This record gives sequence, C-alpha cells and structure tokens, in this order.
Amino acid sequence: MSAADAWLVVLLTAVATFVARAVGPLVAGDRALPAPVTRVVVMLASALLAALVVSSALADGNRLHVGADTVGVTVAGLLLWRRAPLPVAVVVAALVTALLRQVGVD
Amino acid sequence: MALSFGVVATDSGFPVYATVVMSFVAYAASAQFAAVALLAGGGGVAAAVLAAALVNARYVPMGFALGPSLRGSRLRRAVEGQAVVDSAWTMASRGDGTFDRTYLFGHSGIQYVAWVVGTAVGAFLPALDTRALGLDAVFPAFFVALLLSEVRDRRRLAVALLGSALTLLLVPFSPAGVPVLVASTAALIGLRRSRGAA
Repeated sequence: MSAADAWLVVLLTAVATFVARAVGPLVAGDRALPAPVTRVVVMLASALLAALVVSSALADGNRLHVGADTVGVTVAGLLLWRRAPLPVAVVVAALVTALLRQVGVD
Repeated sequence: MALSFGVVATDSGFPVYATVVMSFVAYAASAQFAAVALLAGGGGVAAAVLAAALVNARYVPMGFALGPSLRGSRLRRAVEGQAVVDSAWTMASRGDGTFDRTYLFGHSGIQYVAWVVGTAVGAFLPALDTRALGLDAVFPAFFVALLLSEVRDRRRLAVALLGSALTLLLVPFSPAGVPVLVASTAALIGLRRSRGAA
C-alpha cells in the first residue's frame, strides 16, 4: 500500500461519509425514501460486515486458510454472542491466536 | 475500539498520520475498518472507498428519519446531520419518529473526541510483531462484533449468511476487494416485503 493511496482513501472515505450523513437532512421533509430502497440500504451493513468477517478471518490472498487467527476469531465470536464485553473478546482473540502460534499452529 | 483501530490500521501498513486524520475527518468506525482492511488486503483505492460508502449507506435512511427533528436551513441541517453515529442516533430516538437533537449532539460529541484520541494513542504505539502477538485476529474480531450488533432479525441473518457464502465462493477466483463488494448484493434480499418490519 502506498502512502498516496492511503491518503486518497482517507479523503474519499471522509467525503463519502459526509455525503451519506448530509443527504437525509438536506431533502427530508419533502419526501421519504421509497420503502424498498430503505429496506435494501439497512441490509447493506449486514452483508458487508459478514463478507469482511469471512475475508479477514479465512482468506489469505486468494487462498482460503483456516489458521490460528481463524480459531481466535471464532472464540471471540462465541464470547461476543454470549454477551462478553468487546475489549475482552478482542483480547481473547489475540491471545488465543498468539498461543496457537507459540505451539506451532500457523 | 478506537485504540484498536489505531493499532491495527498502522500495523497493517496504513501511515500513522493518515490513520489519525481518518478518524478526525470521517468519524465512521465500520467504514474506516472496512476501507483500511480492503486497502491493506490489496483491494485498491476504488474498492476500499466503495466498501466504505456502502457500509455508510445506512446513514441515508437514518438521516431521512432524523431530518425533521433538526433545525435551520437545509445546509445547516446537513451539517447537524454529521452528528449521526449508530449509538447516538438510536438513543436519541424518542420512539415516536422524532429525535432529541440536544442529546444527539452531546452523545455524538463525546464519542467523537474519544474516537479521535483513542485512534491517535493506538496509532502512535510502537509497531509490534503482529503475527506473534495474534493481532491479525483483532480486525476480524471487530467485524464480528459490529456484525452481531447489526444482525437483529432473521432477515439480516439471512443477508449475512448469503454475504458470507458469496465471499467464500469468490475469494479463490477474484482480485482482493471484489468478493466483499459482490457480497453486498446480498442486501437485495431487502427488496422482498416482510411482515411489518422494514
């Protein structure tokens, strides 16, 4: 990743976020979004976050790879599902992953 | 969470100052995590920004709901709308379609300061051996947390499962970043009418 790319992503992400937050208040009052559009939009975060979980925990470039980090993330997911606080789950994820690597699991 | 964004973004190769500035100017945790993860994974600038924009798309209907509760000219309302983050928006909602504007600004303002300061602290921590310390599990663990807070009903669960499946299928065959973007089409499940829920 080049520094220029990183700064470009920062700038464009900021603009995209500003626009997403501005659109509603700018035009609200005149009309509501069509219901089907709203239903799709509220689903987007679920789809993307699920995809990001899979690609960050299971993919290694173009290779699907179940490794120490996959186990760590799974344990964290179980803890979060059982309503563990986020910092605890994150630390456990790193800890489990690190311990597995210590004993030779990639 | 802010601390971890700083640590993980810089450890994945994002410049320290760019990481801090990003939290300062964007203030959108999920979108920032998504953009950085895609760029670090080799997905390119366009894929990273597109993913961030799609994650942020939820702000559009949230802004529509909030709009009438804000004050002043359209431009001023657009600026006031920048205070929208998930937790503040949810807790400012009075449940009758109106929002407590003052509460929204207070909650969001405090969270903003914490987000920027936390990012800075995390970003300036010295670089570590991320693999040995298991820090590469931190990003995905955050995504799991964000996902669990998002999936509140069966329809969102179906969307999440479909998105995961699409990603799994596409990873071996497509350039980095593409699987995540294609997976977003799972949201089209939302086109189907549901009983009552929107």
